[in-house]
Amino acid sequence: MAEGETESPGPKKCGPYISSVTSQSVNLMIRGVVLFFIGVFLALVLNLLQIQRNVTLFPPDVIASIFSSAWWVPPCCGTASAVIGLLYPCIDRHLGEPHKFKREWSSVMRCVAVFVGINHASAKVDFDNNIQLSLTLAALSIGLWWTFDRSRSGFGLGVGIAFLATVVTQLLVYNGVYQYTSPDFLYVRSWLPCIFFAGGITMGNIGRQLAMANMQRLLLMGLSFLKCSPFVK
Amino acid sequence: MTLTESLREKISRAFYNHGLLCASYPIPIILFTGFCILACCYPLLKLPLPGTGPVEFTTPVKDYSPPPVDSNHEQGEPAEQPEWYVGAPVAYVQQIFVKSSVFPWHKNLLAVDVFRSPLSRAFQLVEEIRNHVLRDSSGTRSLEELCLQVTNLLPGLRKLRNLLPEHGCLLLSPGNFWQNDWERFHADPDIIGTIHQHEPKTLQTSATLKDLLFGVPGKYSGVSLYTRKRMVSYTITLVFQRYHAKFLGSLRARLMLLHPSPNCSLRAESLVHVHFKEEIGVAELIPLVTTYIILFAYIYFSTRKIDMVKSKWGLALAAVVTVLSSLLMSVGLCTLFGLTPTLNGGEIFPYLVVVIGLENVLVLTKSVVSTPVDLEVKLRIAQGLSSESWSIMKNMATELGIILIGYFTLVPAIQEFCLFAVVGLVSDFFLQMLFFTTVLSIDIRRMELADLNKRLPPEACLSSAKPGGQPTRYERQPAVRPSTPHTVTLQPSSFRNLRLPKRLRVVYFLARTRLAQRLIMAGTIVWIGILVYTDPAGLRTYLAAQVTEQSPLGEGALAPLPVPSGMLPASHLDPAFSIFPPDAPKLPENQTLPGEPPERGGPAEVVHDSPVPMVTWGPEDEELWRKLSFRHWPTLFSYYNITLAKRYISLLPVIPVTLRLNPREALEGRHPQDGRSAWPPPGSVPAGHWEAGPKGPVGVQAHGDVTLYKVVALGLAAGVVLVLLLLCLYCVLCPRNYGQPGGGPGRRRRGELPCDDYGYSPPETEIVPLVLRGHLMVWDAIEGVLCCSSEEVSSGITALVFLDKRIVAVRLNGSLDFFSLETHTALSPLQFRGTSGRGSSPASPMYSSSDTVTCHLTHTVPCAHQKPITALKAAAGRLVTGSQDHTLRVFRLEDSCCLFTLQGHSGAITTVYIDQTMVLPSGGQDGAICLWDVLTGSRVSHMFAHRGDVTSLTCTTSCVISIWDRSTGIKFYSIQQDLGCGASLGVISDNLLVTGGQGCVSFWDLNYGNLLQTVYLGKNSEAQPARQILVLDNAAIVCNFSSELSLVYVPSVLEKLD
Repeated sequence: MAEGETESPGPKKCGPYISSVTSQSVNLMIRGVVLFFIGVFLALVLNLLQIQRNVTLFPPDVIASIFSSAWWVPPCCGTASAVIGLLYPCIDRHLGEPHKFKREWSSVMRCVAVFVGINHASAKVDFDNNIQLSLTLAALSIGLWWTFDRSRSGFGLGVGIAFLATVVTQLLVYNGVYQYTSPDFLYVRSWLPCIFFAGGITMGNIGRQLAMANMQRLLLMGLSFLKCSPFVK
Repeated sequence: MTLTESLREKISRAFYNHGLLCASYPIPIILFTGFCILACCYPLLKLPLPGTGPVEFTTPVKDYSPPPVDSNHEQGEPAEQPEWYVGAPVAYVQQIFVKSSVFPWHKNLLAVDVFRSPLSRAFQLVEEIRNHVLRDSSGTRSLEELCLQVTNLLPGLRKLRNLLPEHGCLLLSPGNFWQNDWERFHADPDIIGTIHQHEPKTLQTSATLKDLLFGVPGKYSGVSLYTRKRMVSYTITLVFQRYHAKFLGSLRARLMLLHPSPNCSLRAESLVHVHFKEEIGVAELIPLVTTYIILFAYIYFSTRKIDMVKSKWGLALAAVVTVLSSLLMSVGLCTLFGLTPTLNGGEIFPYLVVVIGLENVLVLTKSVVSTPVDLEVKLRIAQGLSSESWSIMKNMATELGIILIGYFTLVPAIQEFCLFAVVGLVSDFFLQMLFFTTVLSIDIRRMELADLNKRLPPEACLSSAKPGGQPTRYERQPAVRPSTPHTVTLQPSSFRNLRLPKRLRVVYFLARTRLAQRLIMAGTIVWIGILVYTDPAGLRTYLAAQVTEQSPLGEGALAPLPVPSGMLPASHLDPAFSIFPPDAPKLPENQTLPGEPPERGGPAEVVHDSPVPMVTWGPEDEELWRKLSFRHWPTLFSYYNITLAKRYISLLPVIPVTLRLNPREALEGRHPQDGRSAWPPPGSVPAGHWEAGPKGPVGVQAHGDVTLYKVVALGLAAGVVLVLLLLCLYCVLCPRNYGQPGGGPGRRRRGELPCDDYGYSPPETEIVPLVLRGHLMVWDAIEGVLCCSSEEVSSGITALVFLDKRIVAVRLNGSLDFFSLETHTALSPLQFRGTSGRGSSPASPMYSSSDTVTCHLTHTVPCAHQKPITALKAAAGRLVTGSQDHTLRVFRLEDSCCLFTLQGHSGAITTVYIDQTMVLPSGGQDGAICLWDVLTGSRVSHMFAHRGDVTSLTCTTSCVISIWDRSTGIKFYSIQQDLGCGASLGVISDNLLVTGGQGCVSFWDLNYGNLLQTVYLGKNSEAQPARQILVLDNAAIVCNFSSELSLVYVPSVLEKLD
């Protein structure tokens, strides 16, 4: 008897729209895009840090172009971070050990801050010699992993990423795409693997958190808000 | 092991005592802490304020010699000499300050004449300076040997190539605008246009080319059509590589001799050294800003987790204050012990905050909040502290260890960082223990007080069993209302008080009024207007031309001081040079102008007016460079790729040069177009025309106001952008609040939608409570008779649970009301399940009418949760509430005492289930399912099984079935803890109905208002029988018998529900 009179509020008619737009691939795509942009942003910012200290040298005519670095660097970093950020939760799922350690956005933010700090240290702090610098950064990176990740898969993936990225960088520098001002590890700086490792861990952390936070919810919220809000007719 | 144990015991005990202390004397402790903070921050007063402004140091000119390169100066001196005053400066800057005026002023002169001929003298002066040679016993020295030789300009400055000197002495004068070519200057019809062609149109903050070449701030130069003083000043800037006192002295003497300044009082005895700090460019600012953004995001996400307190914002503020003041304390303490910070404080600050972290504060809050509510505040604080003491100490020891490792990297910067971090950590610990704990205790106490104020008198808890005395003893108890059977009138929905959250209302308001768009449009229009106005080819010059034609600004004239034309004596040093160059043009076309300008300003022709443009030299002229942008010199040097960062330049005392020109000279220098454009024939000029020029000052004012408008418009635009950005950020970060109005209809209906009327009707029962805007009515379902109603509380009821004789209502404000039904037939749960027929039979002795049911409020828990309660279940004498504040609470039904606060979810609780076995599963928006033991309040297990919200779960003795994220519909997870279990049933009330048995899963999606699908999972008949019967809310009954599954389903009711 009571149910008959209880009228549902207006927006309730939007139900069918919602269920049609959700799927796994959409979720994946959104996450990928978000990760891509995070990667691009971090690449730009960290590149600025490096350029201030003349760590990397890009060809001079490229410098005049936008964003004071070669155009291909941010997209590459973005793509790499998207791949890493999607890979981490995927591997977690396949290994069957869901990542439970410190799953909060505040922890992720802390991780990102520490990552930027590591970059900052690599660019700005004056070290006596390169070995000291590399060891310090390596310790910091391991500390980052221990503080925010502590999963074996994360460590393994991070090491793999660091190795792969260093090889790629070596190849790039060998082919003269760009160069380092004072290479001490073949053609690049010896702290590069540490940075890559820390970056991998960080992006993995973000990716895991994104995978956990329901991206669908965001999308749904936006769509249904558009469709059902009374003032958008 | 035993050592650890005993240590742990001791720490826990110490924290307990400390918590008692803090909660007992909050005010003295806070005062003490504040005093400590202030005392520790006191040394900070001595530190220089951070900034990148240049620092000055003055030495006398006499006996000046560049400081030695080695920094080991004597011990006596360091108080006087700054640290940077070491070695030779980058350059010595000599400014030759020229003030010049046409004198006496004659009314036939044009506004252009104010500066045309004075500027033309710059070429001669420059020539003179260039040719200056010092001859003495040691030989000859020319300017070329001493000046700073510059090479190319930076490649990015190609357009300035003709204007700034290259490959030679760095000598700047206004003549550079015309490549130091007098002919070019003379042929230039539009001097102002030439000067201003490189001025940026936007707001200028740094040195512009005009400033650089003139060497004085723009408004002092006097090169403008609207000046009233008619005095032009500019400097010729010479930059020397080496200091050669004799050469400079001779240059000074010669210039002063050539162009004496009679009333000059400049002392010219001090040398000012200006040290420039490292510039912070955009490139360095971006990473800094990024770190700060990350820092704020961290703080935001951290403080968002503070829950279950009286004032969330207050505690978040306290947490931030704790961290910040601990950092200040650490800097202060380090300064006190003689360690001066050398690092850039702004850069390392975010990292320090991140290292110190807000975690401890949050852990403390959580642990204190999760202590039993019914304890005393002191004890709660103490218990909370002691239970987290071990982890806090452990964390701190770990962090100290890490920092200690960092200290042994032996890198000075890292060592300093670590030192600060250690002191910061310790002081943070100190503040947490004293300041934050105390604030927390005050907060908790406030909450308790608020509770107590709302709480009923204690007798209310005891007397629920007495049927007799209620109507008289309690005013709050509802009267038994005579009912109108079978007619229920609801208010029209428009009158319903929809309690939207404030933010939502703001968003609605913004959207309704299109405020943001309009602001942006207005800003854009203003901006475009300003751009048009300031465009050199646009409106402003047009207006300026108009103004000039109408009033050539001749309202000022001179006092009849005769110009000593013989004032320029033939220089005995270099007599070849004369002020009047021989190649000066002899009045080309000006002769044709009507009205021969007079030679001298006679008293009759000179308009007496103030101000008198006397060329005066005051002490303010001595250091006019101070009024330049502080980036003036760095900009100049950076054009030649010379950085001044962390270096210094020395500014030599200015050489004053006074040029007085008589009107004849001014007319000689005139360009034909000057007169043609703005010179009306004198016959047509009325006598009062000079006075008709009050537009002049207005024009000046408007000119000056443009900058103000620019600033205002910029600020406005920036503000709008900021607001929009914040809105977007908020939208992204707080999705669930924004998504509420349209998003997910019915997704969280129970908790969040301001659902006034919530029907709860087990069809076979007889008593139906119905809620109308906070009224509670109990109906007899069979006869449609209103049994009783309760209407005293204003806030709407969002959920009801009906168990035994009790009704528990959850209100919108998060409070819980316990009602008890008084009938005279004991309603057993069995009767609720519909087994018995009429429940209410015999009349009571008190109320002789039949079927009297009274409902009265027994208890109220005012602030059960900080956020709306989303889930409510009762069984076995316990009431479980789940809330959006991520916690669950277990109440005892009899006396509404809160037994436990269960924390463990990281999202809002969406569903709970409790049954007689005292097993309590709960599901949250975080996708987790927690299993709790109601008897002990501990968490039995914690599962992350879902990607989305757990929307419903139910439980059997061995299984928990949960359903997640209704909108995706098809997905369905079943977590079986015990594979050998029997049947289980997943239920969702609103739109989805899932029944799962051993053999089949039936699934209804009622989003569309009908039965969506039924999924049989095969092997249906052979499967083991389900052992349970479950009655669903929405008139669907699932009976799972031992060998068959029967489903009783009432579609009509379901359709009506949707």
